[in-house]
Amino acid sequence: MSGILVVIEDRAGRVSRIGWEALAAGQQLAAQLDLPVSAAVVGLETESPAAEIAAYSLAKVIRVEHPLLTPYTADGFILALHQLIEKERPAQVVFPHTYQVRDYAPALAARFGQVLIGDIVAISAAAENAGPVFTRQLLQGRLNGAYRHTGSGPCFLSVQAGAFHAEVLQTADSHPCSDPAPAASSKAVEKLNPEGGGGFNPRIKPIASTRAGRGGFQPTHLSPEVPASAPTTVSVFTPTIDPAQIRTRPGEPFRGGTQTVDLASAQRIVSVGRGIKDAANIPLVQELATALGAELAASRPICDSGWLPIERQVGSSGHTVSPKLYLAVGISGAIQHLVGMKGSQCVVAINKDPDAPIFEVADYGIVGDLFEVVPALIAAVKAAKR
Amino acid sequence: MKIVVAIKQVPERDAQVRIDSTAKWIEETEYALNEPDAYALEEALQLKEHHGGEVIVISAGPERVGATLREALAKGADRGLHIHCDDLGLRDALGVARLLAAAIQPENPDLILTGLQSEDLGLGQTGVIVAELLGLPHATLILHVEKTETGFTVKRELEEGWFQTVELPTPALFTIQSGGNKLRYATLMGIKRAKTKEVRSVTAAELAVDAAPVVVLERVTLPRKQKSTQMLPGTAKEATAALVEKLNFEARLL
Repeated sequence: MSGILVVIEDRAGRVSRIGWEALAAGQQLAAQLDLPVSAAVVGLETESPAAEIAAYSLAKVIRVEHPLLTPYTADGFILALHQLIEKERPAQVVFPHTYQVRDYAPALAARFGQVLIGDIVAISAAAENAGPVFTRQLLQGRLNGAYRHTGSGPCFLSVQAGAFHAEVLQTADSHPCSDPAPAASSKAVEKLNPEGGGGFNPRIKPIASTRAGRGGFQPTHLSPEVPASAPTTVSVFTPTIDPAQIRTRPGEPFRGGTQTVDLASAQRIVSVGRGIKDAANIPLVQELATALGAELAASRPICDSGWLPIERQVGSSGHTVSPKLYLAVGISGAIQHLVGMKGSQCVVAINKDPDAPIFEVADYGIVGDLFEVVPALIAAVKAAKR
Repeated sequence: MKIVVAIKQVPERDAQVRIDSTAKWIEETEYALNEPDAYALEEALQLKEHHGGEVIVISAGPERVGATLREALAKGADRGLHIHCDDLGLRDALGVARLLAAAIQPENPDLILTGLQSEDLGLGQTGVIVAELLGLPHATLILHVEKTETGFTVKRELEEGWFQTVELPTPALFTIQSGGNKLRYATLMGIKRAKTKEVRSVTAAELAVDAAPVVVLERVTLPRKQKSTQMLPGTAKEATAALVEKLNFEARLL
């Protein structure tokens, strides 16, 4: 077995941001293990995302194509990737930790007698005679776990959104992507794609500026690979899939409900979590939002309970936001919430639990009873604005 | 319809986290039913109310897991199956799924439900692997299950506020996302009835599955702070006054 295989995900024909991040994680791992990196794109027509990736310094890019791979089904993807991995025999298979990957990768790994190490936030160098150590979060972010793969088959990994920096990717030529954004500061590294869709261009920057990044989970290191002189070769792999092997029939995606707020472009957000205890207390937080000129948002449990509509939900299952000010009230900061807001410029957390993970990503924190702190804050904000 | 719901007992959400002497897990604490599993149970109970049948709850773990099974019975499940296993933490997701699959198989259910992930390990894999081991079609992040003539139509959550429906034949396995239903509380009558309901025990050894892990959790640590957080002490009035000052002059956001 040899090499690292990164399975890229595309959105409407463009490589998704987290797809690039998975590639960056693959390159980081490659540097530690001294292995070549290949990438695979899966679907019916993969020419354009494959071409995007081929601009980077990789051993090869494989288009895994079959009419039964679009639309996505777990059965189709497991069959196709099982055959590809049997043929390529990679030592490591790296995925972006998306809903789609969560749907099929655990079963794919099990088919090899392996277990996916999912949602990793960091890769540490291999100790002597041992494989690399992968960090993933436990207990909703209250604990970090150091995992190691001890099986004899391929090691399956998926990387958390925002944990690895696509900006450090090694290119084949110097600037394959035009960068319309203004000179990217370290903030841009953190910022999650506000459109939420595909079409993220990794920016190629010198080491100094990429390393200066604040926060993030773990900064990645630059791959030592020397940029190739020509783009990577692209090949096509056609798996054998029988229509009878696809047992599920997926329908067209649809939007839930009407959209009346635009959290993604809000400059200030006051977000409320379980700590608010009761629907009757929501107006208190609304009053704070109004005083600050902010939009009101919430963590998942609040929307699950129907206290606020789902369109106001921030997190992996809701919106990804990056306002100038994010004020979290009574939110403990589960991973699913943090991935939706950690790109915010300034985070303020108010929580009764001093050990709440939200304080890990906060710039300012107040430990206390929100029913005392919020009214005091409303008064202070009003006084300051007078 | 015969429905099996796989549930997990996890540390209470607000329980204090103290790393134990092995540095591989945390000290014993208070435990509760994993919340996504509570939604899976709720979906199963509602399906039973509409279509009739039986709801069986299954859980793997030490003696204390019995309390969580009783809680599910009090909410309306018909019987329980407890896989006695004191080394659950040493098994990886495949090892745990093997236990569940081996215990579920003889039941031959029409439907298997479980929460999309646990609140402690957060793997989100066990259900998918159980489906793979039993050769069943599956779908993840399901908010609603509807029974059809030949199988199921489910509402699946996609990313960024999108959804889709998926049709599958019977039997199938779904991992349930939270928020699809309103959770019920156990009634006093339910709690009383639960005491007489059957909870069958089987040991991990009796299931005779491969327990050797291929992925090992070697060490747990408390997370390092990502940022230098300025904690603002004092009374509510003092702390908020300091915050407004900081937001005004340091962050320049007001």
